Amino acid sequence: MQGEGGDPLTRLLAGYLPQDGVPDELLGPDGLVRPVWVNFVRRLASMPEGRLAERISHGDRYLRDAGVYYRRYGQDDNAQRDWPLSHVPLLISEDEWSEISAGLAERADLLEKLAADLYGENRLVAEGHLPASLIAESPEWHRPLVGLRPRDGHFLDFIAFDIGRGPNGNWWVLCDRTQSPSGAGFALENRIATTRVYSDIFVSANVTRLSNFFRDFRDRLMGLRPGHRGRVGILTPGPLNATYYEHAYIARYLGFTLLEGDDLTVQDGQLMIRTIDGLQPISVLWRRLDSDWADPLELNEGSHLGTPGLLGAIRSGNVSMLNALGAGVLETRALMAFLPRLSELLDGRPLRMPNVATWWCGQESERAHVRANADAMVFSSAWATGLAHETGGVTPPSTGLDSWIERRGAALVAQEQVQLSTAPALVDGALVPRPMTLRVFLARTEEGWVAMPGGFARIGRSEDSSAIAMQQGGQVADVWVIGQKTERAASLLRSDESFERSPPAALPSRAADNLFWLGRYVERSEHMVRVLRARHARLAESDMPDAPLPLFAARYLENLGCTSVEAVPSELVDSVSAALGSAGHVADRFSVDGMLALSDLTRTVREFSERVTPGDDAARAMGVLIRKLNGFAGLVHDNMYRFEGWRFLSIGRALERASTMSTCLAAFADPAAPAGALDMAVEISDSVMTHHRRYTVATNRATVVDLLALDELNPRSILCQLGDIDAHLAHLPGSGQHRQMTPLTRAVLRARTDLALQVPETVGTRALERLGDDIAEISDQLTLAYLS
Amino acid sequence: MRYEIRMKLSYHYPVPATAGRHLLRLMPASIAGEQRLETAHLTVRPDPVEWREGVDFFGNRTDDVALDKPHSESVFEMTARIDRMVDGQRIDFSARPDMLAREIAAQATLAPEAPHHFLGASPRITLHPAMTNYGLKAARGAQSVLEIFYALGRLIHAEFKFDPDATEVDTPALEAFERREGVCQDFTHVMISCLRGMGIPAGYVSGFLRTVPPEGQARLEGADAMHAWVRAWCGARMGWVEFDPTNALEVANDHVVIAYGRDYSDIAPVKGVMRLAGGQRTSQAVDVIPLDTG
Repeated sequence: MQGEGGDPLTRLLAGYLPQDGVPDELLGPDGLVRPVWVNFVRRLASMPEGRLAERISHGDRYLRDAGVYYRRYGQDDNAQRDWPLSHVPLLISEDEWSEISAGLAERADLLEKLAADLYGENRLVAEGHLPASLIAESPEWHRPLVGLRPRDGHFLDFIAFDIGRGPNGNWWVLCDRTQSPSGAGFALENRIATTRVYSDIFVSANVTRLSNFFRDFRDRLMGLRPGHRGRVGILTPGPLNATYYEHAYIARYLGFTLLEGDDLTVQDGQLMIRTIDGLQPISVLWRRLDSDWADPLELNEGSHLGTPGLLGAIRSGNVSMLNALGAGVLETRALMAFLPRLSELLDGRPLRMPNVATWWCGQESERAHVRANADAMVFSSAWATGLAHETGGVTPPSTGLDSWIERRGAALVAQEQVQLSTAPALVDGALVPRPMTLRVFLARTEEGWVAMPGGFARIGRSEDSSAIAMQQGGQVADVWVIGQKTERAASLLRSDESFERSPPAALPSRAADNLFWLGRYVERSEHMVRVLRARHARLAESDMPDAPLPLFAARYLENLGCTSVEAVPSELVDSVSAALGSAGHVADRFSVDGMLALSDLTRTVREFSERVTPGDDAARAMGVLIRKLNGFAGLVHDNMYRFEGWRFLSIGRALERASTMSTCLAAFADPAAPAGALDMAVEISDSVMTHHRRYTVATNRATVVDLLALDELNPRSILCQLGDIDAHLAHLPGSGQHRQMTPLTRAVLRARTDLALQVPETVGTRALERLGDDIAEISDQLTLAYLS
Repeated sequence: MRYEIRMKLSYHYPVPATAGRHLLRLMPASIAGEQRLETAHLTVRPDPVEWREGVDFFGNRTDDVALDKPHSESVFEMTARIDRMVDGQRIDFSARPDMLAREIAAQATLAPEAPHHFLGASPRITLHPAMTNYGLKAARGAQSVLEIFYALGRLIHAEFKFDPDATEVDTPALEAFERREGVCQDFTHVMISCLRGMGIPAGYVSGFLRTVPPEGQARLEGADAMHAWVRAWCGARMGWVEFDPTNALEVANDHVVIAYGRDYSDIAPVKGVMRLAGGQRTSQAVDVIPLDTG
């Protein structure tokens, strides 16, 4: 493999030119590859031509197939974006890593003390170590939480720090993330995708595993449950949040229940989950929701994401909330100006890892320094959080800087502009140096703070270190902590754990509701698609939209709510989007494949709606949609675990199918329907073959009604749907206990027996319409019993 | 001055409201040296299944109630007897305007009374140059913070039109300011914004105003409803002083305090009421009856 550029390694690094005065992760100041990277880059260089590109596509395919996305907030859309993986991991030696973890663990302890003081005695303000106004004007210092000590004594349990390597080669803390840091779940996906790319290198590289970290944190959370019973919840703002994917992912990975504020209610000071089996207590919540939104009664009154009374439940000592509500105040950028002194004061030692030099402009001496060095400063709001070049930045005026600083005063913070180290990224097949920040996650475990060993670095897209943010096109790389010895692969399950099949916890009502409606929307879409296909197939044959049968089908579609009967009515797009929306709320209970099938379906429908023309084109397009719908149904019904959620999904489908079938028959089997309507009904119901087989005659009203309403063996018949609903209900809580009838079971039984006693002749249009009402009653009773 | 106070707040919903939870701030406060609560009684219909009394950060009494059944009406009734002990005229020993910032900075405390809570933006208060400039206009020539405070209150009273139909409960202060009209809540929010814009700590006071007008004077607006006014921190010596911009009144024995907050959102009388799209009706009836003769 020797090419014209000498040995492969030299060739690989030929274009890799770090800037002067900027430390680089891969190359030392002497221009030689740093020891921790040697093995990796040698192996990389020795990969046959084209091999790496092929491997990278494996990694990317993994991420796509796993459905990893984040949401990018934009002016026009909040679109889901593919996860921007940088395909070169960042390598750090075990020794360096342990120094990083030790420094950050000390900082975590310091922040914990600070939180306890800010929400407790407030001695730091009283003794003049912190300015009162800085705290009082912080939107994250929540007054209703003052004086409230967390149940387990800790304010911080899962935090992160963004750190970067400065010009002198030392690490600096760039920002503290104490609200509800995201990225740890994505780190797991980074790791999986990156090992797909470098599978052979990874196995021999002594990379520290990530799973122990999660296992230890999970164990601690489980241990916080009183009596070690009940469940642990992850509180999410819901599918519109940028990192909802991760919330669902972590919930699945750790076996926690993903909850939205609506899932919870407070009863006698106890936090409860609304489930299909009534209210059930929950006492441990890992929140991914910012404090302000958590309780509209005591915090932001405009929040629809929270739970009224949540603070009361915490005050009653019945909830462990991690991190404690209000912990976000520690992210306040101006606090970084005080942390070095607070470390001396509270811990009697300097910060083990310094933070980026910061000056709060509320004091004259600081302002003077900032004025004199303004060229080398980045300005932002004193209360900004996150990274200085990402959020909260303010641009100083080109003239009158001094008076601007004077005027802004206490609302302003200045930070030294830091030139961050660069790390290798792959651009067009070549390694290039790009600025890098590292996000380090710390979890409180039974043994104290533990840092997640690697997993998450952010890499700039250009040489400009201000373009690291993902929202601005930056990328994320896996981080490998390289040890001396091989570590045994670990999994989340402790090997000494004895086998125990835990009883499934009751399904939250909101999840049940979303699954029920997912079933209904998918079925509703399918019915619409089938009617459309039947209509456009007729148009393709004759091209006479005003012929009786196409016209009749058009009227029927209007009755279904379609305002246009052109190729793809917008109502079909709505119905499919509604299905996807419902599925989005239960992403943690739903197979990734099912989710992908549904988003693929939605994309296809939207695309069709823009280009498909009536007639043959539309008929074919509908054929495509039917196959995609069937693919989704197959994935769900073949693969979904038969838990209660699956039953609600199935009930939704059966109920909608029964309902649309009675509507459909009432129209198409009406004596006044035009010639060919009966055949069309059989076609819409996908029962053409069955009809051939069951009846030796051509369609007539009796055979069609018999097949589509009364034949319990036909999976499209109304009676079959009612039987299915009955069977599912028997497995739901509260239903059929001691064989006692409930309004719901009564409604199902009534509809089912009424129909079972009929013969085709007695199932007239009026009877079908009444049946539609009975089915609607079942839906109402189901909602009352389980979903509200 | 002793009063009996009766208040009834009713919410009518077009469709039954589902079970819900409310946080109430309806009870008059006990304030050392200013106001003593002699008796107080609060009832809620439908009957709450949970009821928890509490005290919020600013020291206000709260009642946390839970209703567990769907209801098309909820009613909150409060009766209380209080003794109000604030005499009229104040001697101005407030800070010099140019010294106020230094006096504030010297207050190294985050206690509920600390001025720092009442300086920046808060949920219903944004600082806006137009309102700050309006405040500065009123402050021209003033020798003390108290003078500014009163002058601004009188200016708002003179230039703003009281109109109960002009604004909603959630109208932003800036909108009321630009239209120069609103109710006591708007006047109060506007005045707070102007004061904070000038660096004067200012907060929101909810309460009542006596209903019987002194002989020979016009009936006071806002008297038959809950009322709101402003308090400002006038320096370390003088501390908090209250003024009612709706009626251009220095606050004395005609006003009865329920709660103190940064703005309305801190001390809304009833929190947790569902805002439904149209059709919801709210009514309130307030009587403030003087018990002392003369």
